[in-house]
Amino acid sequence: MAKNDLQGALDLLILKTLSQLGSMHGYGIVTHIRRVSDELLIVEDGSLYPALHRMEQNGWVRASWAVTEYSRKAKFYALTAAGKKQLAEREKNWQDVAKGVEAILRFA
Amino acid sequence: MAFFGRLLGLFRRSRLDREIDAELREHMQMCVDDNVANGMSRRQAERAARLQFGSPTVARERVHAEDAALGLDSVFRDVRYALRGLKNSPGFAIVAILTLALGIGANTAIFQLLDAVQMRSLPISKPDELSELRIAGDTGGFGTVDSSYSHFTVPMWQEIRRHHDPFSGVFAWRANGMLLGELSEAHQIQGLEVSGEFFNVLGIAPWLGRLIEPQDESSCEITKVVASYGFWKSEMGGIPITPNTTLAVAGKTVQVLGVAPPSFFGTAVGDHFDLAYPTCTPPNPRREAFVFSVMGRLKPGWSQARASAYLAALSPGLFESTAPTGYSSNEIKRFKSFQLEATEASSGVSYLRQEYNSSLRLLLAISGLVLLIACANLANLMLARASVRQREIAIRMALGASRGRLLRQMFIESGLLALCGAGVGVALAQPLSRLLVASLGTSQSSIHLDVGTDWRVLLFASGVAVVTCIVFGTLPALRSAGADPMTSMKSGERGTTGGRECFSVQRLMVVIQIAVSMVLLVGALLFVRSYRKLVTLDPGMRESGISYGFFGFGSMKIKPENDAVFKDRLVEEVRGVPGVENAAATTHIPLSQGTWSHGVHTDSADGSSRFSYVGSTYFATMGIPLLTGRNFTNHDTNDSALVVIVNQAFLKRFLGTAQTGGKAIGQMIRVLPEPGYPERVYQIVGTIPDTKYNDLRLEMEPQAYVPIEQLPVTAQGQGIGIIVASGDSAATMDAIRRTMQAKYPQMVVQLFDFEQGIRDGLVRERMLAMLSGIFGVLAAVLVVVGLYGVLSYLLAQRRNEIGIRIALGARRGQVVRLVLRDSMGMLLAGVALGTALALAAGRGAGALLFGLKAWDPVTLGYGAVLLAVVALLASWIPAYRASRLDPVDALRTE
Repeated sequence: MAKNDLQGALDLLILKTLSQLGSMHGYGIVTHIRRVSDELLIVEDGSLYPALHRMEQNGWVRASWAVTEYSRKAKFYALTAAGKKQLAEREKNWQDVAKGVEAILRFA
Repeated sequence: MAFFGRLLGLFRRSRLDREIDAELREHMQMCVDDNVANGMSRRQAERAARLQFGSPTVARERVHAEDAALGLDSVFRDVRYALRGLKNSPGFAIVAILTLALGIGANTAIFQLLDAVQMRSLPISKPDELSELRIAGDTGGFGTVDSSYSHFTVPMWQEIRRHHDPFSGVFAWRANGMLLGELSEAHQIQGLEVSGEFFNVLGIAPWLGRLIEPQDESSCEITKVVASYGFWKSEMGGIPITPNTTLAVAGKTVQVLGVAPPSFFGTAVGDHFDLAYPTCTPPNPRREAFVFSVMGRLKPGWSQARASAYLAALSPGLFESTAPTGYSSNEIKRFKSFQLEATEASSGVSYLRQEYNSSLRLLLAISGLVLLIACANLANLMLARASVRQREIAIRMALGASRGRLLRQMFIESGLLALCGAGVGVALAQPLSRLLVASLGTSQSSIHLDVGTDWRVLLFASGVAVVTCIVFGTLPALRSAGADPMTSMKSGERGTTGGRECFSVQRLMVVIQIAVSMVLLVGALLFVRSYRKLVTLDPGMRESGISYGFFGFGSMKIKPENDAVFKDRLVEEVRGVPGVENAAATTHIPLSQGTWSHGVHTDSADGSSRFSYVGSTYFATMGIPLLTGRNFTNHDTNDSALVVIVNQAFLKRFLGTAQTGGKAIGQMIRVLPEPGYPERVYQIVGTIPDTKYNDLRLEMEPQAYVPIEQLPVTAQGQGIGIIVASGDSAATMDAIRRTMQAKYPQMVVQLFDFEQGIRDGLVRERMLAMLSGIFGVLAAVLVVVGLYGVLSYLLAQRRNEIGIRIALGARRGQVVRLVLRDSMGMLLAGVALGTALALAAGRGAGALLFGLKAWDPVTLGYGAVLLAVVALLASWIPAYRASRLDPVDALRTE
């Protein structure tokens, strides 16, 4: 995925992933996105953490250190109420954009 | 508090760093684990994870960049980094800061003066309510006028005082010389005559004792005074004020009521006063003598416009009732059509405004251009520095610094330089502006201006600093941050391969520098030559060795009928003083302050001419030859036929003849009446060449000379002006003063040097010539430095090339020519651009020049030649050094 131009999309993917998985660490988020999208969307590791950090500062996600299933210590992220609201907004927005792009593409 | 915040920030930063590092490490580990699970060996797995993840430092920096709280902290780190960088190259830092300090200091100093003269409010309460009353338009030289602030006669002031509805209070004032001490040893001080309301309406509280109040306006003899703070400190020793505190003024004892506060200098900016005294209402005030400035404080709810409308409605009645007598009916009709208006006066009044407004603005523009040249030099310095640092910057970019971060870093560095420069500059501006004020003073009068630093000055200085920072910082910053790290890293220590374009930017800047300094040099040359023209101008009469004096014998108790005899004796006595070649009585001293005109009517023309009443030796004393006719004799008195000698401009204006021939002799001219000067008919008995009257800058004016013995009796007073020719005017003045003091201790004697007085009249031109000269030289020096710097830098870049050329057999001369051709190209382009700019800029300066056009080709030529010399000078050393280059050395260092 491109670095900056789809920043909004990256946020949306992370928020949606967290809403689906409940609580997850960074590596898990990347893996989830890659697997679910059938390797179509690969989040660059370097872009993930700045985005997570920003969302944490905005109060969309909350982070805590916990032990993974393979007994590694990792920072787990989970959605807050503000994050859920944000997700709903972004989802709606994305659908609008997608619908718009679709319409343009289909125009003969 | 700030300290704790910073500590907290540092703490937070290190905690955050640890956390991010741990998180990233775990991420990487999980990735490795997965890879191993997918069947890779441990080493392969680690390598794949690192490749996928990239540099952890970059990732950490990117997280930092997202962190809001760390933003400030990183600015702080950038500042520290920039300071360290400047400390590491102190030479660069000192040169940069000094250059900026000089530039900003000069600009601020001139702005301070402009601020003090033009913008600052009077130090009084609610200055916005203050308004000055004026007669709208121009009075066309009606009546006699005391000073540039004298807009009203005593009867007018009394009428205004009775009808001041728009104002909560009005007051009148005038500046008037006073004599401090006993008569024989009195010296002149600045007096301020004020109406009783003056201090009350202005809202000035006494520093000590009390100030002048309405009840003090009783006697027309000065009995009570208020001292200014400065006078009280210096002349009275700061003693306590009691009811018994007195001073001697013109030989009489007066009571000192109190002291005005230190900040109060009156209402005229640039003036000051020593003693203020109450005015009085004389029984028969002269109705044609304009003496007072009248001001008022608007009532709440009244605007200047509404007050003006009220005054306009008041005007017909007011001028009807205050009309003087003794004028022709036309003049009286003109007088009665005058109209009053109220103008804004929150910053007081000042003749300095008309006198210096355009020249100060011009100087500000000039110093701004000098600063621009300095900025171009700095930008070149920074460019050179940036290219040296390109490797460092490339490494920082490779390590994850974003372009924005690098740009910010560069701007913080130039901002720090600008800030330091502005700080030193503001400090430097204080003595500079004081020096400027002092340079505007003359031997007779000094200008008193409080050129302190107020918010406007600080705002100006910081504005200039920001602009300079942008001007000299943008280009180097953009260039550094725009560099591609890969090429910079590869191209080795000196790191400039994409250099062609970079050189041309530096060349362009040198061209602009040359162009701007061409403008400054041409300006400087114009002002210097204009001043020289004025100084060497022949005014049509003798200047050197001339002195003049005013002799007042009002307190000598001489009976009026003996005045004429006493005056004759005085002239003879002055003539008898050792060293005196000749002396003559006169009512007017040319080329000093003051003018005197009468309306003139002849068969062919109506108008006005300058009139002087002089003794028969006047023309001989001043070295003015008689062209035709005869000089005055002892027989020309008020009992004989009235005669006049006129100049060429008079003949042209009133008789329509340009010729000096005998035709003019015998013609009659009618002089229109004025109070004290009844209507008269004079016969022309002689003609003289044109001489300057009171301003060297003006064209020749019509002038008429009447024998002083024919001065109307009603116009005579107990004083006389005498003009003296001698070999050594200073010694002669001393001798005259001593003789007069010994003989007439009661007489007031004031003596002046004529030549010095003429010089004093050219103070504005002197200042312009001096300052524009200094700035011109400064510009030239900056161009030398800039050109030298750029050429040296370019040559350093071309070391190899020149080394190869020499190795292949290029002769020294050819190398020198190679370098010189380069700088001559820049010079030509710069001079061409500069000439165009100078022509465009010249239009603004035309009004300030004398005897020169702004597009004077000789001056433009001088400017170009001067710049060529300067450019050659600056290029010679680098060129010479290039030609001495040892090819082996040059090639080995690659």
